Amino acid sequence: MAFDLSRRTRARRKLPDSPDNVRTPTWRGHRWSLVDLRLTPYLMISPFFLLFFVFGLFPLAFTGWISLHDWQMLQGEQRFVGLGNYADLLRDKHFRNAVANTTAMLMLATVPTLLAALGLAALLDRGLRGRMFWRTSVLVPNIVSVVAVGLVFSQLFGRDYGVVNAVLDWVGIGRVDWATHRLTGYLVVAVMIMWRWTGYNALVYLAAMQSVPRDQVEAAVIDGASTWRVFWSIIVPSIRPTIIFTVIASTIAGLQLFAEPRLFGGGTLGGDDRQLQTITMYLYEKGFELFDAGYAAAVSWMVFLLTLLCAAMNFSFVRRLASSE
Amino acid sequence: MGLPHATISRPTRAGSRWWVYFALVAVVLVSLYPLYWSIVVSTADSTAVARGTPMLIPGENLWDNVVSVFEKVEFGAALRNSFVVGAVVAFANVVLSSLAGFAFARLRFRGRGPLFLVVLSTTMVPAQLGVVPLFMLVVALGWYGDLRSVIVPGLMNAFSVFWMRQACEESVPQELVDAARVDGCSLWRVYWHVALPGLRPQLGVLAMLSFMVSWNDFFWPLIVLDPQNSPTVQVVVSQLAGGYFTDYSLMITGATLGVLPMIALFAVLARRLVNGIMSGAPRGR
Repeated sequence: MAFDLSRRTRARRKLPDSPDNVRTPTWRGHRWSLVDLRLTPYLMISPFFLLFFVFGLFPLAFTGWISLHDWQMLQGEQRFVGLGNYADLLRDKHFRNAVANTTAMLMLATVPTLLAALGLAALLDRGLRGRMFWRTSVLVPNIVSVVAVGLVFSQLFGRDYGVVNAVLDWVGIGRVDWATHRLTGYLVVAVMIMWRWTGYNALVYLAAMQSVPRDQVEAAVIDGASTWRVFWSIIVPSIRPTIIFTVIASTIAGLQLFAEPRLFGGGTLGGDDRQLQTITMYLYEKGFELFDAGYAAAVSWMVFLLTLLCAAMNFSFVRRLASSE
Repeated sequence: MGLPHATISRPTRAGSRWWVYFALVAVVLVSLYPLYWSIVVSTADSTAVARGTPMLIPGENLWDNVVSVFEKVEFGAALRNSFVVGAVVAFANVVLSSLAGFAFARLRFRGRGPLFLVVLSTTMVPAQLGVVPLFMLVVALGWYGDLRSVIVPGLMNAFSVFWMRQACEESVPQELVDAARVDGCSLWRVYWHVALPGLRPQLGVLAMLSFMVSWNDFFWPLIVLDPQNSPTVQVVVSQLAGGYFTDYSLMITGATLGVLPMIALFAVLARRLVNGIMSGAPRGR
């Protein structure tokens, strides 16, 4: 407790043989040392906190205030409307559409991504040759920007010239107009997310798997448990906290889905029928194309509430799932 | 992808593991194919793309495509902007987060617990919650369309502070900090001579991750930068997909050019990044 400056220890610090006095016997040096001890920690965190308060916390808090107003950014008009924006939101069919789209893409992306990551981690966990090569290779998609992923996959899944349709045509299934239908559009967006995030999540799982006690696994193998059974009954339950973490992180990221559906759906509306518009795209449309700050702020708050709801649901679901095994 | 049901119950050696390598090769091929395809398309002319057959062999049009990307949009300026923003953000993140992380991990001061809790809790809040007021703030400061609007909010990151605190707890022993204090080191010198050297590997990963996140960011630069006048790489690349340009090879060339610096960085630092992620480096915002 050398640096505890509560009243109790401060008294002790004044003792002549206190270690702080050994090298700083003069009154001036001692006082300087105390100032250093007491003040420096705050100086060290202050650059971060100054920025954090202005550009992190203040906007978070102010969003709530704005959402209670009819607040037009361009005209500068501000009128208190209470929960009016929220009431409008709940009746807004475009908002409901965006929530439904986001939820669907989120589910279609997260569940297969994390399952595939779990499988991939299990593969990577088997004492391989060229360990580092496999680990770095699976991480490559993760460094590609969402914009590049959006553009490249939009072309791969293009109606007329896309590689995927060429292959489907060749095997006799025929061409699919991926972007115009809801479900196929969701699927393509989910594929983009899966491509970009499976390897990353696999590495996170792999790190957790490596701290599972080996003797437990070996004992189960000696008892005749199959690899499959060892995996689901010992390894998965032991890495449960990591699974919960990845599910929540993926959910938060998924609720903020923007670039992929925007680039694939061809704009902020996400297609002619808004078939691929996500909540964040709707937020962008309201806030930064129509400059309706009050309404956009209300959308932001709904995203936050949805995040909390999803996190709570995920948490209890995964906990039950992994412990019932 | 899953595990086959009928694996051998006795742990056997190499021979029976061919399918593991087979599956991994398949994963790697799927991971790399879109990138390879992008490079092939960047070298093709648009008629080759319009033929619609899966292209596998590079063409001869790479130079023409690259030149027209630089002509059609402000790609040169965008590259420079993204480098400036990424470098400043990475440097600031390393300095600010290691300072704060060190203080939270190894120093005692009043309010340490509550302050850290505030930092921690904001990592769970979606960044877009504050986007409307942040925009208004940036406009009020006169930074709209200016690089400061993307640099300054990116200088601090709650995830980085969280990770640096954890890194300090692992790599900067409290005994060493105490010993340096007893020897009369000021806290600043303890930070400089004890904490920073101990944190070097993690700081490298943090710098790279911050640069990557900044380079790849799209939503915020799209809002605060003027797409017509010196935006970042991601914004101009997305412009290539806008209504005016339907030249697919041009579009993909732009996307590929925007990814190349990341690939180069990754080629040098991949091992560190893998180790960083496996030791808990947070990814993204």
